[in-house]
Amino acid sequence: MKANARPTRQLVRMRGRSYVAFVFCPTVPIVGWLEEIDATLGRSPGFFIGKPVVLDLSEVDLSQTAIMHLVTSLEQRNIRVLGIEGAEAARLTPSMPPLLTGGRQCVLTLNEPKKPEPKPKPTSLLLESQVRSGQSVFTEGDVTILGSVGSGAEIVAGGSIHIYGTLRGRAMAGINGNSAARIYCQKIEAELLAIDGYYRTAEEIDTTLCDRPAQVWLEGDIVKIAPLN
Amino acid sequence: MAKVLVVTSGKGGVGKTTSTAALGATLAQMGQKVVVVDFDVGLRNLDLVMGAERRVVFDLINVVQGVAKLSQALIRDKRLENLWLLPASQTRDKDALTDEGISKIIAELRTRFDWILCDSPAGIERGAMLAMRYADEAVIVTNPEVSSVRDSDRIIGMLDSKTVKAEKGERVEKHVLITRYDTARAARGEMLGIEDVLEILGTPLLGIIPESQDVLRASNVGSPVTLNDAGSAPARAYVDAARRLMGETVAMIVPVERKGLMDRLLGRRAA
Repeated sequence: MKANARPTRQLVRMRGRSYVAFVFCPTVPIVGWLEEIDATLGRSPGFFIGKPVVLDLSEVDLSQTAIMHLVTSLEQRNIRVLGIEGAEAARLTPSMPPLLTGGRQCVLTLNEPKKPEPKPKPTSLLLESQVRSGQSVFTEGDVTILGSVGSGAEIVAGGSIHIYGTLRGRAMAGINGNSAARIYCQKIEAELLAIDGYYRTAEEIDTTLCDRPAQVWLEGDIVKIAPLN
Repeated sequence: MAKVLVVTSGKGGVGKTTSTAALGATLAQMGQKVVVVDFDVGLRNLDLVMGAERRVVFDLINVVQGVAKLSQALIRDKRLENLWLLPASQTRDKDALTDEGISKIIAELRTRFDWILCDSPAGIERGAMLAMRYADEAVIVTNPEVSSVRDSDRIIGMLDSKTVKAEKGERVEKHVLITRYDTARAARGEMLGIEDVLEILGTPLLGIIPESQDVLRASNVGSPVTLNDAGSAPARAYVDAARRLMGETVAMIVPVERKGLMDRLLGRRAA
């Protein structure tokens, strides 16, 4: 065993990797340009948090203090500068971000700021009319139907189903694995009731429930039906 | 303003053709200029019920394809000068109907008539779809039994989505016409009640036509039931329905067969 434990020389491996960074091109007056940045941040705070940002100073001629001031101003706005481009090396102090060269243009896909939005919670769907035989209603969220659901019609929902008329067709709730979904209806004459894949056909629905408001839910793997009130 | 009215049902054999002929004839008797159009290409019947089968030269398909002019295909009724028939073709099938062609014909008929009654074929295929496509109003013929009611429900859904009016965001005015209603059987609970039918369909009632031998008798002699025996129970029910289509308020009663003197003396039950 000991023979295996001989010290090995660890090689320092260098790897190249490229990242996409935002490039800021400040313009004079710097104060005005900073106001622009503030406006952007006002619209979407946190836009630049965690994003690599590079300062391109080729358009402006700034002194060392001015550069220092600019970097600090950005830091105060929670924007950390990764590197500086297009400035004279002599004007940069060691405490400043390093000078970068060889940057290439690329297309930035700005889908990040919209990230919080594209996952809207499935909203509920409201239908004011009757659902006729042969029609099929599908929704990811909850569905509320003010009319009746005809025999041969089908309601499929990711969430719960509320029917204020008579349910004569099929109702399938919680189809995306939502076992907490329920079905409510004013009068139950359903052909099929299903929650999260567990179902009951018309034959298995207690006839005493007919003509009464009822709710349907899942308990374990049993579809339960009980009258409301 | 011309009105296009489709008589439809989904299910076959419920009385669409009988109702089209009877309503058409009654509206014509009320002074309206009426054309009844048979959309049942391949299985035409309206010409028989109207008693015009021996006068068909050109038909709907000929007009759609431009072989004949509309005026050549229209057949004037021999009894009522305000009533016309546009027959369907018996030799072709429904694929010969085109949306464009029907659109043109309906537009032309609108300029000439007050009422355009489209007798829809059974089913929900091309023929039925095109019959309802340009409708302003619809009469949904329903028998008081579950299969007919469910088919009617399906058709109402299509009237609300597949018609030109629906696509423009407007509504086709819909009426339910209950046919072959047997008062005695309904009383014994052997048929769906009127209330049940209306509750399921959620559509206003246009009329209740009683089951009667007069209907068969009339179609056998090639006459709309309202013209063949105006005093019969179904004829009176159709007249009431037509008056409601014209916007009149008529009390909803189910006409019963009038008992003859002998029937009454012998105490026999009618129907």
